[in-house]
Order: sequence, then C-alpha cells, then structure tokens
Amino acid sequence: MAAKTLTIDGKMVGAHEDQTILEAARDAGIKIPTLCHLEGLSDLGACRLCLVEVKGSNRLQPACAIKVAEGMEVQTHSERLQKYRRMILELLFAERNHVCAVCVSNGHCELQNLAIELGMDHVRFDYRFSGFDVDITHNRYGLDHNRCILCTRCVRVCNEVEGAHTWDVAGRGADARVITDLKQPWGEADSCTACGKCVMACPTGALFYKGSTVAEMERDRTRLEFIVTAREKKQWIV
Amino acid sequence: MAQRIEIDPVTRIEGHAKITIQLDDSGNVTDAHFHVTEFRGFERFCEGRPLWEMAGITARICGICPVSHLLASAKAGDAILAVDIPPAADQLRRLMNLGQIVQSHALSFFHLSAPDFLLGMDSPPATRNVFGLMASDPDLARAGIRLRQFGQEIIECLGGKKIHPAWAVPGGVRSALPEACRQKIKSKLPEARATTLTALSLFKKLIKQFKAEAQIFGNFPSLFMGLVGPDGSWEHYGGNLRFVDSGGNVIADQIPAARYREYIGEASEAQSYLKSPYYRPLGYPEGIYRVGPLARLNICSQIGTPLADLELSHFRECGNGSVTSSFFYHYARLIEILAAVEKIEAMIDNPELGSEWLRADAGINKLEGVGVSEAPRGTLLHHYQVDANGMVQKVNLIIATGQNNLAMNRTVAQIARHYVHGSKIQEGMLNRVEAGIRAFDPCLSCSTHAYGKMPLAIALIGPRGELVDTASTPV
Repeated sequence: MAAKTLTIDGKMVGAHEDQTILEAARDAGIKIPTLCHLEGLSDLGACRLCLVEVKGSNRLQPACAIKVAEGMEVQTHSERLQKYRRMILELLFAERNHVCAVCVSNGHCELQNLAIELGMDHVRFDYRFSGFDVDITHNRYGLDHNRCILCTRCVRVCNEVEGAHTWDVAGRGADARVITDLKQPWGEADSCTACGKCVMACPTGALFYKGSTVAEMERDRTRLEFIVTAREKKQWIV
Repeated sequence: MAQRIEIDPVTRIEGHAKITIQLDDSGNVTDAHFHVTEFRGFERFCEGRPLWEMAGITARICGICPVSHLLASAKAGDAILAVDIPPAADQLRRLMNLGQIVQSHALSFFHLSAPDFLLGMDSPPATRNVFGLMASDPDLARAGIRLRQFGQEIIECLGGKKIHPAWAVPGGVRSALPEACRQKIKSKLPEARATTLTALSLFKKLIKQFKAEAQIFGNFPSLFMGLVGPDGSWEHYGGNLRFVDSGGNVIADQIPAARYREYIGEASEAQSYLKSPYYRPLGYPEGIYRVGPLARLNICSQIGTPLADLELSHFRECGNGSVTSSFFYHYARLIEILAAVEKIEAMIDNPELGSEWLRADAGINKLEGVGVSEAPRGTLLHHYQVDANGMVQKVNLIIATGQNNLAMNRTVAQIARHYVHGSKIQEGMLNRVEAGIRAFDPCLSCSTHAYGKMPLAIALIGPRGELVDTASTPV
C-alpha cells in the first residue's frame, strides 16, 4: 500500500493512499467537525460539516469522501469554512424543532455540542416549526422526526452492521423522512430486530430509548465500535 | 359617567398582568379584574409528545416553581404507569418540594412583599424594592436572600440544577441525595431556621401597624382548598383534597386527585388568559375558593412539627373559624417556611434518601392520570390522557394562581372600593391594589421579574373609551 504525503493546516501528514482526508487528519490529531460520519459505517458526505479547502480547487470538498493525494494542501479551519459550518448548523436548527431545553438528548447531543463548539449562538433563518409526528409504537424505542437531521446513520448502521435494512429515507427536500420498512409505524416493522444499533448511532434526540425523560438519553457508542471491530478484525475487545 | 381604571403592568409579581377597575356613573367601584396578559399554550403543544417528556416540558412553565410542575407531572405519570413509587423516591420528592416551598416563599416575602411592609406602602416606588430593602436593612435582606438560596440549593443537590431540573420522572426520581449534599443541607438548617423565626417575629409586630390593610385586603368569606394527609394534617405532596368553608367547617374531604372534576369546574373569562376554577357544587362564581398558604393552614388540623404548630395556633387567632383576610397569606407563608425547615430537619438523616431503589419501571397501564402537588402558591393539578403507546392526547392543567383568580378579582374590588371615590384616583390606591395582589404571590408562569422599576400607569377610561384621568409612578 502506497503512502501519500500531504499538508493539513500547514502540517506535513503521512497517510495511506486509501485513506480519506478526514481519516488522515484525525490520525494526525487534527479535528474536523462531522455529523453524518460514524466510525465503522460507510461515508456519504450528507451533512457537509467536514467541508475543507483543497488548494487548486475553488469548490469545498467533504473530507469524509475525498481520498488523500500526494502533495495535497488542505485547510480545515479557515474563516470561510467556519462561516459555512455555522450556517449549516443554523439551517439544521431552523429546519425542524430542535428544542434543546426539553429534548431527551439535551447535554448529550452531537448537534448541540457542535453548535456550542463552532460558536453558533443564534439562528438567522426563520424556524420552520416542523410539527412532525413522534413514533413511539415500538415497545423499546421511539422516533421523533422533529429532531432528525437526516444524517442516515440509522439507515447505514441497520443495513451495514445489523444487516436488517429496516430504515430508509422517503420523500424529498423538506418532506424527507427516515422510515421503517414501507413507512409503517416502527412497532409494525417486521424486519426490525429491536437490536437498538440505530438508537446508539443517532447523533441527536431523534431516536431514543422509550421512557427516556428530558436530558436523560445518553448513548453508548463503544457498543457499536465493539461490534464493528469484532466483525471486521475478529477481535472481541470489551 | 361609567369609567374604567387600568393598572398596567402590575409590578413585583411573577409574570405580566394588569388590573382594571370599573366605576359606575357616580364614581363608585362596580367591578374589578386582574387580567393575565401572557399566553403560554402548554396544554395544546404538549399534545403529541411522549408521556415521559411531560415532567421536563411542564417544568418549563415556570422558573420560580418548576418543581411543583415536575412533581404534579411525575405523579400523573405514576398514575398512568399504575405504579407505587419506591419509598425513597417519595421521600426525595418531598425533600425537593420542601426546598421549593422555602425558596419560593422566601422570594415572595423578602424580595417582593417585604419592601411594602418595611419601607411603607407609600414610600417611593424607585426604592420600594429589594434594593431599597438592602439599603435600609441589609442584614434582613441578606438573610432573606440566603434563605431563598438554601431552598434553591436543595433543589440543585437533588436535580443537578436550581431551575428546571428534569429529575422527578414517571415512576420515581432519577437520582438520590449525595452524602456531601446531605451534609451541606444539614449545616445550613440552623441559619434557615433562625432567619424564618426572625421574619416571623418581625411580621407579627407589623400586623398591628397594618390593621387597616388586613381589614380590606381581600377579607371576605370563601372556601379554601388544599391537600391534607389521611389524618387531616398539613400536606404539600401526598394526601387528598379537602374543602373548608370560611367558618372552618370541612365541607368535602379526602377527595382523590383523580376525582377533581366532580368538585372543580373551570370557567374562562374573555378578558384574561387565566382560567377561573370554582367549587362545582356551588356553581360559578359562588363556588369561589382560595388555595395556597392561607388555605393550607385553614384546612389542616395540625402541621405536625412543634414550632410551626405553635405558630399555627397564633395564626388561627387572626380569624373566626377560617382566617379570611388575604393579607394573612404573608403570615401563612412564613409559617410554612418554618414547617418546611422543621420537616427537612426531621428527614435529613433518613438513610432512605441515599437509596438506590428510586424508580419503578412500567409501561402504559392506564390511559388517564391525574397528579397533584402543593405548589408554593396552592394546589396544582396535572391531568393527562394518553394513547396505548404513551403519546399524550390531552392535557389539562389547573394552576394555583388560576384557582385564586376569583379571589384576586374580589380583593382588587374591595381595596379599590375603599380608596376610589369619584373620578379622581385617591393617593395610595395604586400601591395598595398591587400589594393586595402580591399577597397571593401570583405566579404568572414567567421567570421574568419586575421589581418596581417598571412604570405603573393607571388610566381612567370613559364609557366610550376616552381617557379621563391618568396617574403614573416615576420610572
């Protein structure tokens, strides 16, 4: 496997040729914000938070989806990127009802944490006040579309790790929703094994353990890492 | 010519409100209303949320008494899960509510109402507030602020934060009292007790000075309602409802919260967002009843702690049967702080408070549930209907201040009748109408505090809407 040498934020970095910019940056201790990316799942560049500037290209590139190349010069935290990232977060907050104060994930939410970290202290866009349904027909889990950011981690983890492929996305644009089976209530989705990987993967309060009260929903991602490592490397490290 | 007097906004209460006083052609007061001008809409937007979120959502109704909503909501949840919560959870919820009573009553007395008593009803409004109190009696003001802090710290010790802790949940509570916090609360109890006793002796001296106010500050016969224990003793969290009349006779007793509808009707009035509950057997508006500290002390047979019971016997001398003057809400409030401090003293060493058995786990076992708690301002009811999955379908909240609505209207009218004659506003009326409202410590579900800096304005408005006279206080 050939190694590539590139510069990230002025730092010389060595990476394997099949690594993405995101992976190379993280190996080098450079943190790039992400929302749809989750270790162990395929990447699809949905959230655009990991956008970086690559010298020689006017377009911003999603670090999770672009492979490293020899001599690449990458900027991950320029003024322009910070501005766009804040705007992306503002749009996510405006699109649905992310009412942190009464959310089950308050204090344990990746969206909320990023907003704090990236200094998104207000939203300049009009809120859409989605008013979507909440599905608590499943006897163990609940789904609140109002808190969903359509990162599709649930779709990918169910398909790629559990292998059940209960989740999909239906509709387009503002009407897009994650669905279970053929848009049945979750409690009636026959393919669901009730494994809970989707709940572990969700970055916000959209998927939760039924019975969770406000700010109580904490996720144990190490369970997912354990399963992925066991599956891919045949190592069972608890 | 018929006229209308408006006081807008009312200051040093929790929330936004105005008062209107209607005069007839000869300038006599015909009617008076306390209008709540803020709209919240919680009953509606909670529909379609999971039951388990309700405690956390409804706690947000108020920044002063979030614990009351938290507990009423959690109890409605207990009813829907159809569980008996673990004994430790019951004790811990009680501890938090006692902390809440201390902090809210201390706020009402020291921060909001004491300036009227100690600086004088007619002292300049620019200094008739907690800052003026600090300047004139810094030790008392500081002690009062620390007393409130003591109550707030109990809430923080249990719930992790002073305001809006989502700690009580359907089935129990989320965490126990850590040992370090128990020590901290215990160490602060003597000071809390001393401050309460100081305030009580101060207030008792003032009673003579405010004899005139005691006569006209909402002094009328009405029913009183609140929770009592199985033996009729003072309650703040458990027990059942009791109604007592102004002669001190029990007219309905040991009514489970779930049957509140048989006894409480709710009327809506066009001019206020506050509903007006009434005692159903007597109809509206004859079924006027009061809730809160005055009511709780009128309905209970005893409090159950030595010092508070002694004070209760003095309190009872202020009335004949029931104490009917709303001015004595202040007195009752101080006695309740004392009761709360004594009850905390009695329970703080209970090892149960550190238990790990805190939460009953159950699914939806009933489609309807009612939870009741005694908020500092009076009885609070949460009534939920859910579907088989636990999705909230319908919410009805009966809040303490709403139950005092009819009584507050009557208080305003009584004070105004005393001070308003003819088309000119009598000096002192404005201050006393507001102080009369403050006796009820109305909580208009808002964490914004107005503390005497807002302009008070009265407008005399003629029958065709023309402005006849105005009066205002300097900003």
